Amino acid sequence: MANGNARLRADGLSLRYERRLVVDGLDVRIPDRSFTAIVGPNACGKSTLLRGLSRLLRPAGGSVLLDGQHLGALPAKALARRLGLLPQSPTAPDAITVADLVARGRYPHQRLLRGWSTEDERVVAEAMAATGVAELAQRPVDELSGGQRQRAWIAMVLAQQTEILLLDEPTTFLDIAHAIDVLDLCAELHEREGRTLVAVLHDINHAARYATHLIALQDGRIVAEGDPAEILTAELVEEVFGLPCRVIEDPETGLPMVVPTARRSARRRERIA
Amino acid sequence: MSAQALGWRGGVRSRVARRSLVVCVVLAALVLGVLVLTLSTGDFVVPLPDVAAALTGGGSRAMNFIVVSLRLPRALTAIGAGAALGVSGTIFQSITRNPLGSPDVIGFTEGASAGAVIALTIGHAGAAGTAIAAVVGGFGTAVVVYLLAFRGGVQGYRLVLVGVGVSATLLAVVRFLLTRADLDDAFSTTIWLLGSLNGAGFAQAAALGVALAIALPAGFAAARRINVLEMGDDAATALGVRPERARLLAVGVAVLLAAVATACTGPVAFVALAAPQLARRLTRASGIGVAPAAVMGALVLLVSDYVGQHLFSAELPVGACTGVVGGLYLAWLLARQWKRSG
Repeated sequence: MANGNARLRADGLSLRYERRLVVDGLDVRIPDRSFTAIVGPNACGKSTLLRGLSRLLRPAGGSVLLDGQHLGALPAKALARRLGLLPQSPTAPDAITVADLVARGRYPHQRLLRGWSTEDERVVAEAMAATGVAELAQRPVDELSGGQRQRAWIAMVLAQQTEILLLDEPTTFLDIAHAIDVLDLCAELHEREGRTLVAVLHDINHAARYATHLIALQDGRIVAEGDPAEILTAELVEEVFGLPCRVIEDPETGLPMVVPTARRSARRRERIA
Repeated sequence: MSAQALGWRGGVRSRVARRSLVVCVVLAALVLGVLVLTLSTGDFVVPLPDVAAALTGGGSRAMNFIVVSLRLPRALTAIGAGAALGVSGTIFQSITRNPLGSPDVIGFTEGASAGAVIALTIGHAGAAGTAIAAVVGGFGTAVVVYLLAFRGGVQGYRLVLVGVGVSATLLAVVRFLLTRADLDDAFSTTIWLLGSLNGAGFAQAAALGVALAIALPAGFAAARRINVLEMGDDAATALGVRPERARLLAVGVAVLLAAVATACTGPVAFVALAAPQLARRLTRASGIGVAPAAVMGALVLLVSDYVGQHLFSAELPVGACTGVVGGLYLAWLLARQWKRSG
């Protein structure tokens, strides 16, 4: 799969914050129409990589190419019509309604002198329907639950109508039910609409269950990449996260599932109980 | 599908836009009404037909003098300065993501005051010199605050914090200069610092007209970008906005408007702060709403001047009126916000 077409790719990409080099000389391919998950321990550079793949962080070296063109050479709005990104903690403007928030995703499609079009209206309605927030259109965003809010934000990015969508830790602040809900939504967008999704995920088991392509990062370099069903092994998890574990078959999906090895304290508690 | 979803299909966006339009039209009608009232009332009452005649150039010489030469420029200056302050305020409130944002937050008003006070007390300047010194002081302070707050980009809160510090310094300068000035200078300076429409003539009205003709279209053009900016720099970048450029353009427009308004009337308190918030409560729209803020600002300043001129035995400077009304409004706004968050 990694050998297939990749509209979004990075060659020899280096990224730095201030003086600190976080990613050094990385080659990345995002397979078209994949649901790619980027995983790795804290501070391994996964969010940094995502920022580099959009234009939030300018490469310190190497290049990021979209359809063969340098990201930096594309006009800002033209890029925003092809590549969407949901940042980790975006801020909802005061008292904004869901409909208004989603409508702001139309910005890259709007021209200076053209007002709000029926096309904009249609796309926004579809984005809200696809994410299940149509019923909430008139509600202020700050009154929504965490899961609903994240759905509204995803609707905003969908209204941007990009074929490639980057999500920076879309489930981080959500409880397990809402996290699964959002990931199901992502999988649905991936399968039904054939979009290319790239998500930074905290939870390796979420990545294993939902991603079609996995990129495991450690210290800013790729340790392994490919179909999680093929590459996710106990050795890999141990190498990337430093966590002794077993990888078993997820009884629900048949996909690999990571179960950390029980340490002494956990065992002892079991015995006492 | 629920009724709300069906309501969406009817076009929620256009409904919001329609509400904003209605608010603008109603406010504009009120501005027109108060304008006519201002032109006809005063020490010398001019009946409405005579006002119309004077405006179309057909009145008697006395009527023409009172309506066209005395009252009209003052009223137009109030409308222009109010609109300029309203737009300036709504831009600053959006950039700082704070309902208390106004040109004051980047030290503009204190800078303008310091400039004017230096001109009045040290240079013994006339009206024009004072106006120029105020604009230079305001712009200079804005640039200094912007540069001090700049660190690989300017964040709204950093702008506010640096602005507060610089404002405090300038306030000390203003007070010190007042203690050293002779009595006449100190008196005229204090009047200027309150903000007043007493000296307003056609020159002021024309200057405001030109400033609005430049800044309003720029404000309208930048409005969408400024709205997107409210979602944070990352989200804005992802949507195709270059945050730093958009913010600089917005601040430039807002400072230009505040500068010209301040040059014409002195620092009139609270209009920039209250007008956008009042407009927003009526339109119920999110985002900066340039037009509603402009019309609301014009109405607030025009009404304040009318009240200051006619409702008290002694004429009040308009800045004192807006200060009292705006201060009460501010207290109410803060109390309400505390209750909601508490």
